[in-house]
Amino acid sequence: MPFGNTHNNFKLNFKVEEEYPDLTKHNNHMAKVLTKEMYAKLRDKQTPTGFTVDDVIQTGVDNPGHPFIMTVGCVAGDEESYEVFKDLFDPIISDRHGGYKPTDKHKTDLNFENLKGGDDLDPNYVLSSRVRTGRSIKGYALPPHNSRGERRAVEKLSVEALNSLDGEFKGKYYPLKAMTDAEQEQLIADHFLFDKPVSPLLLAAGMARDWPDARGIWHNENKTFLVWVNEEDHLRVISMQKGGNMKEVFKRFCVGLNKIEEVFKKHNHGFMWNEHLGYVLTCPSNLGTGLRGGVHVKLPKLSTHAKFEEILTRLRLQKRGTGGVDTASVGGVFDISNADRIGSSEVDQVQCVVDGVKLMVEMEKKLEKGEAIDSMIPAQK
Amino acid sequence: MNTRLDATMPFGNTHNKLKMNYTAEQEYPDLSQHNNHMAKVLTPEMYANLRDKETPSGFTVDDVIQTGVDNPGHPFIMTVGCVAGDEETYEVFKELLDPVIEDRHGGYKPSDKHKTDLNAENLQGGDDLDPNYVLSSRVRTGRSIRGFCLPPHCSRGERRAIENLSIEGLSSLDGDLKGKYYALKNMTEEEQQQLIDDHFLFDKPVSPLLLASGMARDWPDGRGIWHNDNKTFLVWVNEEDHLRVISMQKGGNMREVFNRFCTGLTKIEGLFKEKGHEFMWNEHLGYVLTCPSNLGTGLRAGVHVKLPNVSKNEKFGEILKKLRLQKRGTGGVDTAAVGGVFDISNADRLGFSEVELVQMVVDGVNLLIEMEKRLEGGQSIDDLMPEQK
Repeated sequence: MPFGNTHNNFKLNFKVEEEYPDLTKHNNHMAKVLTKEMYAKLRDKQTPTGFTVDDVIQTGVDNPGHPFIMTVGCVAGDEESYEVFKDLFDPIISDRHGGYKPTDKHKTDLNFENLKGGDDLDPNYVLSSRVRTGRSIKGYALPPHNSRGERRAVEKLSVEALNSLDGEFKGKYYPLKAMTDAEQEQLIADHFLFDKPVSPLLLAAGMARDWPDARGIWHNENKTFLVWVNEEDHLRVISMQKGGNMKEVFKRFCVGLNKIEEVFKKHNHGFMWNEHLGYVLTCPSNLGTGLRGGVHVKLPKLSTHAKFEEILTRLRLQKRGTGGVDTASVGGVFDISNADRIGSSEVDQVQCVVDGVKLMVEMEKKLEKGEAIDSMIPAQK
Repeated sequence: MNTRLDATMPFGNTHNKLKMNYTAEQEYPDLSQHNNHMAKVLTPEMYANLRDKETPSGFTVDDVIQTGVDNPGHPFIMTVGCVAGDEETYEVFKELLDPVIEDRHGGYKPSDKHKTDLNAENLQGGDDLDPNYVLSSRVRTGRSIRGFCLPPHCSRGERRAIENLSIEGLSSLDGDLKGKYYALKNMTEEEQQQLIDDHFLFDKPVSPLLLASGMARDWPDGRGIWHNDNKTFLVWVNEEDHLRVISMQKGGNMREVFNRFCTGLTKIEGLFKEKGHEFMWNEHLGYVLTCPSNLGTGLRAGVHVKLPNVSKNEKFGEILKKLRLQKRGTGGVDTAAVGGVFDISNADRLGFSEVELVQMVVDGVNLLIEMEKRLEGGQSIDDLMPEQK
């Protein structure tokens, strides 16, 4: 669904009560926070690109809730959204990100050498390792709001930046609209291809407009470094490989990201970042590092243990099915990743994953032998 | 309530002005894979001319075309690929919509005038379509309430105002039209089940054609179904149009269906006028609706009819064309026929009056049934072939 129609010039002819959304059946972060008074205060504001509070909340109004996850229910249309609509975003950010306050500062650390260990997660259990994040290009509206011209400009800049990479990063760009059948088959087989979003959460925010114009996938020849252009964020950057060498994955991630950022800076279009929110992305849930570092790991016994959830919470980790968010696990294999995004650095978060997964694999081994794991249950990190 | 106050709005069209920083070429959509009416007509030059305009409510050309950009084509039907956000859309974006209307509505020109005739007595016959073949008869149309934006663009306040006006108006209907309103968001399980069993319930659109235009925003707020106690007259509020009005019953008495349709519509129009609200109408486009394909009468009159033999005849498509009829599956647009039962309805909307269109259905279906009977008897239908209407 397009965002466009919320720019209705006649809305203010109606009273707040008449325009305020019905959130009685809703259970998402936006619905918990948006009172009538707050709506009244924000409804006549807009960002410099024209994004309004109704644009921000449309996805949350259209999607009352989700069976597995507490959804955010709002998006940013540009960098300024987080400032103009602070009243709404700050409490959502606080609730979603473990009490992160408007005055807090976020730490960015993309120095892979600061990671301890992580090169020896047991490959009998850890099938694959992956780190992803998002980046937004300063000066352009975000996917819910950008025009075709802007989206194409982001694509052009991105392709330029990526084509300048060399060594282990040398690769090729595949625009979605010009893909051959053979290329498409290969990208699907590699699990690289992203398709037009089907999730109503994403569609209702307007980010699928004009699909597949200016969307594409870039990857290096080794197929270990991948960039999605103009999907849910301007850029999604992914480093991945089979097995348990998270250290190598993270190193490639940091080196690659830094190289890409250099090229964008040269064109005076650095990444959106500030010292409070860290990297600014479309969904408030991805602020801070925007980082999800995770593994596909076999935990058939541990996952059925009564304390599995508690262990994950204490380790500051979350589980997903191997299809990603919105999916269930298959055959005892789980996607285990960091739960936090803001308030801790990239190194901190990947460290949580490395240490936490190591511990859980040890617990799995104990349970295989029929031994108890009570003494291994960690304290809250 | 007067929704066209001249108060200064803070929004301006910044959502559009930013786009003007890019050239028309950079913003022009890629329509190379597309096959819909909008794509056939929207040249880069036309886009350049229209891209800095907006209607008084703020609807832009990109809003008009978004659904057509997002949906390149449809396997069964030539889609329109554009929508109106308010009454003025058809004026401000004439350059785009006039040729779309002309192509879609058989050459209807910008200077043509449309005839409205809701006098049911002008229909000849229609009370005796053979019920052994005609399972049900139905007439529907849409109406837009002047002064409000249309479903792709209306705000929640506008949508609710339309709902309130509709409930007020419909609740004063009496006699054979006396009925009740069921708001989608307050429906009980029983009410919902009953409406499904009656084939009355409409659900949140799933068609990407509709979703991409923004008409499902805020679902199910402000949406509902009203029907009379007899279940022969039904009004949908705030689905694809402000109002969809439907008269229907089992069997082949299209005359009765059309009679109730005209009477009900006329009463409803009167009730809205009492409250200071007219339907959107002008002498060129007739009734103004969200989709350009529904301009004019907005009327689709049809029957569910058993034509297992005729439908397999190689000339079936041609016969329908000559009779100015179209076929659909019994699930409506986008569906296929089941068991030889087809939904046969008028193909035209604009340039013919309501009476004329229903007449075509009545006469055409009568002929098709005659042909079906001939083919059942193993006889030829060559002498029954009609002229192009």
